[in-house]
Amino acid sequence: MIKVSHISKIYKIGTLETLALSDVSFEIKKGEFVAIMGPSGSGKSTLMHILGALDLPSSGTYILDGENVSDLSQDELADIRNRKIGFIFQAFNLLPRTTTLQNVMLPMVYAKIPKEERVKKATKYLEMVGLSHRLNHLSNQLSGGQQQRVAIARGLVMNPAILLADEPTGNIASSQAEEIMGIFQHLNKEEHTIIMITHELDIANHAHRIISLKDGKISGDKKNSRPTKAKFIINREGDQ
Amino acid sequence: MEILEILKECISTLTVNKMRTGLAILGIIIGIGSVITLISLGQGSQKAIEDQIQALGANLLTVIPGGQNTGNVRGAVGSATTLTLNDAKAIQTTDQITTITSVSPEYSGRNQATAGRNNTNTQITGVYPEYQEIHKVIMTTGTFISQRDVDGITRVAVLGPSVAATLFGDRESAIGQNIRVKGQTLQVIGITQSKGGSGFNNPDDAIYIPLSTALKVIFGADHLTSIAIEAKNKEVMTDAQNQIGYFLLSRHKLSDPTEADFSIFSQNDILNTASSVTGTFTTLLGGIAAISLLVGGIGIMNIMLVTVTERTREVGLRKALGAQKKVIITQFLIESIILTLTGGIMGMMLGIGVSYLLSHFMSVPFTISTVSIFLAIGVSAVIGIVFGLYPANKASNLQPIEALRYE
Ligand SMILES: Nc1ncnc2c1ncn2[C@@H]1O[C@H](COP(=O)(O)OP(=O)(O)OP(=O)(O)O)[C@@H](O)[C@H]1O
Ligand SMILES: [Mg+2]
Repeated sequence: MIKVSHISKIYKIGTLETLALSDVSFEIKKGEFVAIMGPSGSGKSTLMHILGALDLPSSGTYILDGENVSDLSQDELADIRNRKIGFIFQAFNLLPRTTTLQNVMLPMVYAKIPKEERVKKATKYLEMVGLSHRLNHLSNQLSGGQQQRVAIARGLVMNPAILLADEPTGNIASSQAEEIMGIFQHLNKEEHTIIMITHELDIANHAHRIISLKDGKISGDKKNSRPTKAKFIINREGDQ
Repeated sequence: MEILEILKECISTLTVNKMRTGLAILGIIIGIGSVITLISLGQGSQKAIEDQIQALGANLLTVIPGGQNTGNVRGAVGSATTLTLNDAKAIQTTDQITTITSVSPEYSGRNQATAGRNNTNTQITGVYPEYQEIHKVIMTTGTFISQRDVDGITRVAVLGPSVAATLFGDRESAIGQNIRVKGQTLQVIGITQSKGGSGFNNPDDAIYIPLSTALKVIFGADHLTSIAIEAKNKEVMTDAQNQIGYFLLSRHKLSDPTEADFSIFSQNDILNTASSVTGTFTTLLGGIAAISLLVGGIGIMNIMLVTVTERTREVGLRKALGAQKKVIITQFLIESIILTLTGGIMGMMLGIGVSYLLSHFMSVPFTISTVSIFLAIGVSAVIGIVFGLYPANKASNLQPIEALRYE
């Protein structure tokens, strides 16, 4: 499903060049749950953006479902991102001064899903992340952890085949992080592919495979034969 | 994505970002409002000046005795005695002059006029009834000098409003009363309406009497001080001037125009001067309007560009979540159109309102030109749309992550 071969990413700022990824190759099959780990600045987010078709590699190829991403037009990529990929940004990236509900509904607007269904689904996923009591709060009136959970709900709402989560639990207390892992594992059971960046081993241990990055290179790729099981709780009422 | 959906998304973006929306609309309102106001004021003032000249008689030619070259042989212009009532009658009746409608022979002199214990030194003008039409004299009360007054050498007088006020205080009571000029008694039969003029030839400060009375009874003269002639229209002014000139030359048995013992002035000369003055004035206001349009435009541009960082990120996010380029462009386009349209309509109403108030207080005619409205709205719309689309277009060509990282 996902196949990257010899991809590198070089950022140029003036004459300064940063090699964020160098010669990275791996394959991820449908239904896998992969954690990506590595120290800060090791290129995890850079890799994730490329996997999410939000950016192109400087060299190398990325084949997504048999198609070379570099060959697709911007509009085709937009469509793929909309239908296939759910992306949870490290920096949340919510629309400012916009309600929680509207933020979560946004991907469905571009998928031409009718309004009633949008509201229904968005509400459902916001309940799932424990924000049913914050539907009409503006994004800037939420705490960091709440914003992160809105971002998670938005990433899940299109029920994407591939979920890319960049530090999804970075701002969330461990008990709630556990619930998020429950949601992820539940999705994974339904054959959704999940790729998750984390720097916490506890969290990474929920995945079935852990890829380690260091200085833009893969430094480890091992199976996790005994992943931690998290409880999946749905329709929980509010949080504190 | 349907246009209705995009429209809803736009309205939501606009209402969510109240500050940005408000400032952009304000910029447009001020830009359009000031242009409309300035152009309206310019045109109003121009019209006011033209109206005033029109009121003096736009198609007026004036013949006065004395040559135009002030050589040492001749006396001062106007002091000569070469123009007679017969000249005026001949101009009126000849078929050599085809471009005029009426002729008003006039004799004016300054003299003391008294009524009871009041007196004033004023312009006393002997006139034919044609004077009223040619000089556009309007009566407040009573009647103007009639042909019967001229034929009968009657001792009557029509007073300008200033004279009436000076001699009788209350204007109404002047009718039927007597005034005395050079020992002769004249009965007041009418009072003219104020023309608001001032200076030496102020039509408000004048007494009109029958020409025959002026020549035979008051001043004892046999010549005229001027002949006012009305041309058929503005276009034939020069023709009329030439026809009268040649006719009078031959009547006075002169062959060389440089020897002419009379001069002809046209209201055109005055009109031209005034037109060039008001023209300059309008150009000046047009310039100011252009500058305010520019300033307004820069205001709109600034608001649009100040938010470019946030907007670029917004575009990046929308793209990341699956928006296609044309959807984003349409959204921003509709947003800009809503902004400029709202601002445009409000600015137009403001401009018209302010113009109306100002024209009222400055007592110039209220004129609104549709050209200025279309120009103002057109320019702001172009600026609003260009700079509204600019970030959208720029950002939608970036990779979503670059747009999201934009600073
Ligand atoms: N837009 C950019 N321009 C220039 N350099 C960049 C850019 N984005 C990332 N980098 C550089 O690329 C390297 C990898 O960055 P990346 O964000 O992928 O790290 P990361 O592994 O996600 O780190 P963290 O755990 O802190 O999120 C870093 O050295 C960073 O400075
Ligand atoms: Mg990162």
